[in-house]
Amino acid sequence: MSRKSSLLSPVSRRRVLAASAAGGAALAATTGLPRRLRAQPEPIKVGILHPVTGAISYSGQQGRAGALMAIEDINAAGGIASMDGAMLEPVLGDAQSQPEVGAAEVERMNEEGVTAIIGAFASSISLATTQAAARYDIPHIVDVGVSDQIVGRGLTNVFRFGPGFGTIADSALNNLVTINEAAGSPARTVMIIHEDSLFGSGLADLLNARLPDYGFEVLDTISHPTPTRDFNNVVLQLQAREPDLIIPANYYNEYVLLARTMLQQRIQPKAIYSVLGGAASSFRFLEEFPDAAQFIMDCNHWFDPANPAAADLRARVEAQDLYFTYEVFLDYCCVGLLADALERAGSADRGAVTEALAASTWDGHIMPYGPTAFVDGQNQGARPVNTQIQGDNIEVIFPEEVASAEPVFPMPERG
Amino acid sequence: MLEFTILVPAVINGLLTGSIYALIALGLTLIYGVLHIINFAHGALLMLSLFGVYFLHSLAGIDPYVALLILVPAMFALGYGLQRTVIAHASHGKDENVLLVTLGIALIIENLALFFWRSDTRTIDVPYAFDVIDVGFAFLSVPRVAAFGAAFVVAGLLWVLMTRSDLGRAIRAVAKERHGARVVGIDVDHIFAMSYGIGTACVAAAACLLLPTFYVTPQVGNAFVLIAFTVVVLGGMGSFTGALVGGLLIGVVESLGGLFLGETLGQIGIFLVFIAVLLFRPTGLFGDRA
Repeated sequence: MSRKSSLLSPVSRRRVLAASAAGGAALAATTGLPRRLRAQPEPIKVGILHPVTGAISYSGQQGRAGALMAIEDINAAGGIASMDGAMLEPVLGDAQSQPEVGAAEVERMNEEGVTAIIGAFASSISLATTQAAARYDIPHIVDVGVSDQIVGRGLTNVFRFGPGFGTIADSALNNLVTINEAAGSPARTVMIIHEDSLFGSGLADLLNARLPDYGFEVLDTISHPTPTRDFNNVVLQLQAREPDLIIPANYYNEYVLLARTMLQQRIQPKAIYSVLGGAASSFRFLEEFPDAAQFIMDCNHWFDPANPAAADLRARVEAQDLYFTYEVFLDYCCVGLLADALERAGSADRGAVTEALAASTWDGHIMPYGPTAFVDGQNQGARPVNTQIQGDNIEVIFPEEVASAEPVFPMPERG
Repeated sequence: MLEFTILVPAVINGLLTGSIYALIALGLTLIYGVLHIINFAHGALLMLSLFGVYFLHSLAGIDPYVALLILVPAMFALGYGLQRTVIAHASHGKDENVLLVTLGIALIIENLALFFWRSDTRTIDVPYAFDVIDVGFAFLSVPRVAAFGAAFVVAGLLWVLMTRSDLGRAIRAVAKERHGARVVGIDVDHIFAMSYGIGTACVAAAACLLLPTFYVTPQVGNAFVLIAFTVVVLGGMGSFTGALVGGLLIGVVESLGGLFLGETLGQIGIFLVFIAVLLFRPTGLFGDRA
């Protein structure tokens, strides 16, 4: 100890003098700052909460990237005008692909004084984070989380911009019937393969209940955990039962593994028709495994292909070496939705922002939705579209007013 | 559900998957057999090897099977160095310290991987990834059949090494009685490090054979290491035959469990076997009597 200080002391006196001189100069500079900078309003803290590590980290990272891009854009355009150009300041959170960790992150964000939270991708995580946010009346915009339980609990702080799986399943089934009838109804039997958390199981239950009403017979429903390392057994069962339609509902990694195994084992259904398929409308999947992706249909979140702002955003996202997945553009839009509410609220007060969100009629987004209108926290205009991978493109095949191609059904022999 | 057309391919799938488990367990059992420690870093080293295969392929265009020639010696060197410089020094010769040291190494490697490579799932696309052999009742994936064959080759090589070479004799001598081995002039520290190196090289071989049909994330090791421990206990701690048979058995149990109980519950079978072995044959199938 004494050796250390004796070694340092000859320099330190001079250093102290120099440092205090520099400090004084800096202090003088601060007081001499132009007024505009000194009057900079407090930044508005926004919690950006995603599962950026763990089993579903890919989706979480994509969502975070989209949200951060939107925050940069809003700040670059001068921040929130009604609040003297206050900037948005992201407070990042990682739910580690686990609901309880997500809820703990909400607690931390509350301590840090966030005005609102955007996230948390997965249904199971969003269910926990919205509930935790409700305790502190933090407005929580749900970016993806499709389970209808999320908005069905009477929590006034919860706003979901995208559609829930009730709407998505209806849309998917109606479109499926239309596609099937147009081809002379060749498909009758179905097998559902789903991941076993809230998202996959909830969707599988919904489909099991509704498919018979539309004239389909569900041969079997197979659940699997996330992560799953091998789909050979699942595919063997598909081989034995030979369903006309295969409906997968799982997250990205498992979807890719399943699709590759199906191609490898020469599974030849009339269609692979996913509902919220983790990879089915992903440019990344298409680029990495074009053979396994061919002709897969999906009912999922998708941008309005006719909106030039969407094409512009896609180019910018791809310029950053990211794929333009639904997590990216949904989170990008959610930040826009919040910024619009802040603009109208003119305050970072949680209650005021919640009210402004509830009264939102925002149409600055790139989704095929129309202006936002929230009833019990659900954006009424939100709807999915049907996509199909055709060649090296992901085409929109439904609804007709935004479609870019005709469906190919039944799918031709692959592999 | 009990149809022959499903059952036979499911058993074959289990054997193919099991061969990879066996390969990972071979390294683990060697390290246990000599060092008498549970190597918690095994999964992290597997993950590191998988990233090695991934980067060799994506940056240098090296085929995973060619990468065997690079990664196996490289990971051997890493394992040797780890034991010699970190584990031996930090453990002060106490087995329970080694346990904690390897756990620490695992945590460090995993978190560094998370930091540098993020938790993206990465796959490589090799032209033969989808190739299958049609054997009439099943389509067998070519890369998985290759892994199956390789597991036996590696087990055979290890057996020859252990029974026919001076190094093998020295390893067995150290495993049996390390003080006695030192007395007769065996460099025990060197043998420890060689064993750790060979164990790590086994993991590298498993990684090269695994990646054509699998993916890599910083967390990927955890799933395998738990199963590898089960295999080692099932086969008998330190037994090569045990690791091989145990790996294949666990593969089949997992496969059939998945088929009958559903993928979600399928892994229960593995742990039921584990508990049964501990209850009725604590030394494992091929283990020496305690």
